[in-house]
Amino acid sequence: MNRLLGVALLTLFVTACAQPEDAGIENQTEQNSAANQTEIDAQNQVDSQEGGATPIADSDTEASAMENASLTAQELLEQPDTPLASRVIYFSYDSAKVTDESMALLESHGNFMAETGNVFVRLEGHADERGSREYNIALGDRRAQSVRRILLFQGASSDQIETVSYGEEQPAEIGHSEVIWDKNRRVELVYEVK
Amino acid sequence: MINTMIKRQVITLLFFMLSMLSQQLHAVITIEITEGVEGAIPMSVVSFDTSTLPIKLETDLASIVTNNLNRSGVFKVLNKAQHPEKPHYSKDVNYAGWRSVGQEYLVVGRILKKTNGQLDVQFQLLDVLKQKQLLGYSFPVRLRNIRSTGHEISDLIYEKITGIRGAFNTRIAYISAQNNSARKYVLQVADTDGYNPQTILESDEPLMSPSWSPDGQSLAYVSFENRRPQIFIQHLTTAKRSKVSGFKGINGAPSWSPDGKKLALVLSKDKSADIYIMTVATKKLVRLTRHRSIDTEPVWSNDGASVIFTSDRSGTPQLYRVRASGGQPKRITFEGRYNSAADISPDGKNMVMVYGEQGRYQIAQFEMDSGNLNLLTTNNLDESPSFSPNGRMVLYASTEKNKGVLYMVSLDGQSRHKLSDQSGDIREPVWGPYKQSRQ
Repeated sequence: MNRLLGVALLTLFVTACAQPEDAGIENQTEQNSAANQTEIDAQNQVDSQEGGATPIADSDTEASAMENASLTAQELLEQPDTPLASRVIYFSYDSAKVTDESMALLESHGNFMAETGNVFVRLEGHADERGSREYNIALGDRRAQSVRRILLFQGASSDQIETVSYGEEQPAEIGHSEVIWDKNRRVELVYEVK
Repeated sequence: MINTMIKRQVITLLFFMLSMLSQQLHAVITIEITEGVEGAIPMSVVSFDTSTLPIKLETDLASIVTNNLNRSGVFKVLNKAQHPEKPHYSKDVNYAGWRSVGQEYLVVGRILKKTNGQLDVQFQLLDVLKQKQLLGYSFPVRLRNIRSTGHEISDLIYEKITGIRGAFNTRIAYISAQNNSARKYVLQVADTDGYNPQTILESDEPLMSPSWSPDGQSLAYVSFENRRPQIFIQHLTTAKRSKVSGFKGINGAPSWSPDGKKLALVLSKDKSADIYIMTVATKKLVRLTRHRSIDTEPVWSNDGASVIFTSDRSGTPQLYRVRASGGQPKRITFEGRYNSAADISPDGKNMVMVYGEQGRYQIAQFEMDSGNLNLLTTNNLDESPSFSPNGRMVLYASTEKNKGVLYMVSLDGQSRHKLSDQSGDIREPVWGPYKQSRQ
């Protein structure tokens, strides 16, 4: 219950926060419809919860949290097939809007950071190669800031997070197709356990 | 006697090194002519006579001049295989022969031995129709400077015929990246034809956004060597460098003011990317723009009174102008979805920029007064346009087969030539200033 409400609130919060900052490239109409969509999605989640959806995810999370209680931060990060093992957030063209899917992933990361004080993350923002290079630096920065805001909302503290933008200078893959560009518009979460 | 021996050995060694060097340089960058120009002025450059020299010259002066003049788009230089004769002095020229192959101008010259270690390069520019000399020069030249003499000769010819100062004898800076197993980024400076590349800085982390100081002595650039973008200024001959901006967040897009005293730059220390003006001597900062959108890529007008920059405050990147002393920015581009990374011509009449529409990013020329926009390039991923100091040519980067390549295009878009590096991925070219101001 708490968790799903959390997702709904988070979605609303980020939408509200992100909108002025993320004016980005989309025109106003698109942006409004995207925002509406997000709100509707959030509403759906709350509704389905109230409609008595089985909270399987909740018990799973609790179980795994219990199970993981004895693991160190480093060991948690090294576990394969967990949300924490996914450390790349992808973005649409010229956008810094975090998708709902990525939001759920960042929730896990944010919770992990909030619960584990000695873990630090460097958010490395990237853009695809299209357009001018310094503009892409600013776009990568905007993406890293979007991710940062979500982690902070989840309870991570600002001194656990640093951001840097590489613009289009360090592509994940080299090439000139939509498929490759999709992989290059990203924020990478680079952890350091101290 | 011993002295002479040593001298001779040194000279031999020097020649050996020079020829090694020149071979290496030949391998690095080649020039490819991609388009001819309608209405270009027909002229010929006859091979310079070197028969009286005790050594064989690796450098072909006539071909340096030929390539330069062709690249300008103003001239169409006759292939030397079609020369009716090979004179080296004006007195030996049979003008009728050159007229019969449609030539308007002719360049003849010779390289003579002056004193030890010095050459005497002489050339004459001849008007074929009037059968008279327009220019005649004699340059004392050291061997290692002979390419630059070729560029000087090109400048003199260009100016004599067009009335516009030539910009061949200047330099360009660019970033070369090697995307092998280990990425490497190199800041280089080269002649305008791509020869004589010199490494200014090498780094395992990205280097970006070189900007020439107006005196041509220093470059400002962005380096990620400390795992975050920071702005450095480096003196080219002494290699002395200093970090001038290392704030939290973005430190980017440095651009030198025309008087060399200030840098416009981009910082995100106060949240979103905004333009700031730094006084270089004191590092004092003044914030120029204040907007939660992206403001970046500042460039100064030639009089230093205003700054043009990219901002997405309207929803997509467009170009804006703001007084350098501050005030409300005014939008100047309205055509096209994406306009960014402007450079302003020295006379202030034109601007070049990255123009993006329907998934293509090309270089466009924008006339300041009329607002007319002309596309200068035809590829899909063109960027980083930079004016030559005489405003007649534009240097820019394009992408071919996963590699950045440099091009030059004339301002009318008619003549486009590639400078291609075989070994790296070249980007962010910037054309340097004239080597010295004239008296």
